[in-house]
Amino acid sequence: MNHLDQLEAQSIYILREAYNRIKPLSMLWSLGKDSNVMIWLARKAFYGRVPFPVILLDTGNELDEVYAFRDRYVKEWDLNYINAECPPYEETDPELTHNARSAARKTLGLKQVIEQHDFRGIFLGIRRDEQAVRSKERVFSPRGETGEWDYKDQPPEFWEQYKTEFAPGTHVRIHPLLAWTEVDIWRYIQRENIPVVPLYFARNGMRYRSLGEKDITRPIESNAATIEEIIEELQTTNTSERAGRTMDHDSEDAFERLRAAGYM
Amino acid sequence: MQDSSLDMLRETFKIVVVGHVDHGKSTLIGRLLYDTDSLPEGKFEELKAVCDRRGMALEWSFVLDAFQAERDQAVTIDTTQIWFKTQKRDVVIIDAPGHREFLKNMVSGAASADAALLVVDAEEGVREQTRRHGYLLHLLGVKQVAVVINKMDLVDYSEERYGEIVREVTAYLHGIGVEPSFIVPISAREGDNIAKKSTSSPWYKGPTILDALDRFHSVTVPSEQSLRLPVQDVYHFDHRRILAGRVEAGVIRPGDEILFSPSNKTARVKSLDVWDAPPLLEAHAGQSIGLTLEEQLFVERGEVISHVEDPPVLSTVFRARLFWLGHKPLEVGKRYTLKLATKTATVTVVGLETLIDTDTLAHRPGTKLERNMIGEVVLRAREVLAFDEHVALDKMGRFVLLEDYDVVGGGLISMEGYPDQRQSLTVRSTNVYSVEHTITRENRVVRNGHKGGVLWFTGLSGAGKSTLAMEVEKHLFQKGHQVYVLDGDNVRAGLNANLGFSPEERTENIRRVGEVAALFADAGFICITAFISPYQADRDRARAAANRVDSEAFHEIHVSADLNTCERRDPKGLYKKARAGEIQDFTGVSAPYEPPSMPELVVDTDAKDLPSCVEQVIDYIDRTFQVE
Repeated sequence: MNHLDQLEAQSIYILREAYNRIKPLSMLWSLGKDSNVMIWLARKAFYGRVPFPVILLDTGNELDEVYAFRDRYVKEWDLNYINAECPPYEETDPELTHNARSAARKTLGLKQVIEQHDFRGIFLGIRRDEQAVRSKERVFSPRGETGEWDYKDQPPEFWEQYKTEFAPGTHVRIHPLLAWTEVDIWRYIQRENIPVVPLYFARNGMRYRSLGEKDITRPIESNAATIEEIIEELQTTNTSERAGRTMDHDSEDAFERLRAAGYM
Repeated sequence: MQDSSLDMLRETFKIVVVGHVDHGKSTLIGRLLYDTDSLPEGKFEELKAVCDRRGMALEWSFVLDAFQAERDQAVTIDTTQIWFKTQKRDVVIIDAPGHREFLKNMVSGAASADAALLVVDAEEGVREQTRRHGYLLHLLGVKQVAVVINKMDLVDYSEERYGEIVREVTAYLHGIGVEPSFIVPISAREGDNIAKKSTSSPWYKGPTILDALDRFHSVTVPSEQSLRLPVQDVYHFDHRRILAGRVEAGVIRPGDEILFSPSNKTARVKSLDVWDAPPLLEAHAGQSIGLTLEEQLFVERGEVISHVEDPPVLSTVFRARLFWLGHKPLEVGKRYTLKLATKTATVTVVGLETLIDTDTLAHRPGTKLERNMIGEVVLRAREVLAFDEHVALDKMGRFVLLEDYDVVGGGLISMEGYPDQRQSLTVRSTNVYSVEHTITRENRVVRNGHKGGVLWFTGLSGAGKSTLAMEVEKHLFQKGHQVYVLDGDNVRAGLNANLGFSPEERTENIRRVGEVAALFADAGFICITAFISPYQADRDRARAAANRVDSEAFHEIHVSADLNTCERRDPKGLYKKARAGEIQDFTGVSAPYEPPSMPELVVDTDAKDLPSCVEQVIDYIDRTFQVE
């Protein structure tokens, strides 16, 4: 088994484990490269079906290409799709910075959709290599009643015996891609021929490395117009993936605070 | 420029860095990243700014300590991972906390590593957590360890001091059966012997840290071992019935004759199915797969697939070396939930043989295994478990224990002194004990591990009640449950031999069965009855009898099939006789059947095959008869 085969087998194991142990389940689908890979893996794990709903936390402010991609693949992949509309900007804490308030809308939207459907488990496509705080995550990460992450007391997780038993009121975030890196994701997209939003490929010297809402995500300078070129670029770059995500850089612990409050 | 297809062949290798608190684990990693130019752009400047703001010297460990609290207290709280490349490999470095308080996080980080760096402070020497971490690495299954003697700058790069620590650390590691691969003197702060050889320690001839990382052996996947494939789930998304799971050891191929343990069923593999691709010709250890069988069989999560000639051990009792992470101590007599591969079961601690002092490696007796301690215990399960001894097949010989909702310990299985129960399984009988009137229903529930109750199957003749009841009984028996089936024909041969088939006699028949079933329920059994029982009023009376025992003891289960189907099946030829007028008052033909108005469960034997029906009932029983 090569490295990608190992990652694939491990993620399928995690997806199947969650599906057996935790009900009801759903999956966040940001429509970015990672969550597309996650859906692909679910289709592999469950023989072409995605046997739980997929959710877009919709701020109404996603990039146009993202919506177009959604409309097409909800149909082609026969997904049970939930469009979770995020509460308006005005409902977020005015003390926060603009960036943090935009992120907070998604956190609120996620809380609402969990409450509405009483989900006990949510799949998310985060990876350890994206951000230092994410690298501290567990594969099965329990959250309190209000969605907060008690990162100072995480459950032990070894020998792939995950925490799948919970006290009432807890829910769990499940991270099947935690062990993947950005390059792994692109190599897998290439190998499996998984469709992605075209914004990732360079036009006029710019491309998106990470997708977020219109007003808080910036493209990076790049000439990588194919997957091969993106992989090549990632081999040599020293710039972090989320450099184009302005919300991570407000303060020393900006991202940690977002995550502790329930952000993805 | 690197060729990306060649790059795909590079191996990813996971290293955990462990050791006593403040011996310099995070600093070593920070320095390693800096020296190999692996820090993201701007990270070094960001780091400098953070340290300047705090008015402190450059702190390498901040590269990894991402939490505010970690930076404030300069303590690693949780494990983290970071990626970088050597000449030969893609390396994932796992930083594990050294503080005793966060041992569970150290364990979480270390368990998935291919090799470990055990960091020792050159000034302080081997300390409590150095030894404990060394011991835990061994228990967790990390077989390659390099010792890193850090802060050599503080002892003037003294060869003598290096030699002292080498002797101390190797003596300890030898004691637990670990042979260190390398022992490297370094200064993480100064960058000695990390990426390049230090001129300050000319006496040291061994590899640098970077060289050592490349010299560790690749970890091989156990394809040569016996086949072990724990069933993770059973899918019927389409016409196929797919058993899903990951091959933990060995190889499986279509056509193989396989054995399920502990149920001891056998079957032949029909295909190894993959989504959107042709079926596989074989699957190896590490692969998550799905398989179909030549024949329909009811199996469930937790069963272990092996080849017939090479099965796992079956036992209700085993010995384990256990590390304890729970806040409450482990004690003899306590019960825990065990998770072993995909199997979940209840176990009782029947012996605490010895406590192991990780400082001195001394074994001593004790009555409690406290948090962060290691000991040897004997555990007994209510049901037969399938596993392997840890020394024979590590992935099938290790387990975790849960208390309430939390993982509180991890252990390695040994069968020393206990026989494999595979041969004696068929004659396994329950313990004989004298029944006294002082035994309460709760006593029985505790001993049995499940509640008593009545599963009342009702439905037309030929609907499949008896077939289903017998399958469910067999299955529950194999799980170690107390179970008995009261079947129509059998009861009429004895207890109710004096009754005919008039409506009055049918009612009396059902009344007596209802009372007997209630007694079984009171005795703690799961009692399954298989009677047409056509009248709702009779079934309501049976419900009332059972519910005198426990208000939730009665479960009405409609085994439903279309009359035409039943008549076509006609297993006993009764419909034929009824149509010919040879049987009077035959339900569905010449007498009414009142379907249950509010059954607890409907099993549709028209729509589903027998294994699916069995599964549906077992699922229901698992949910409703389990003890909280």
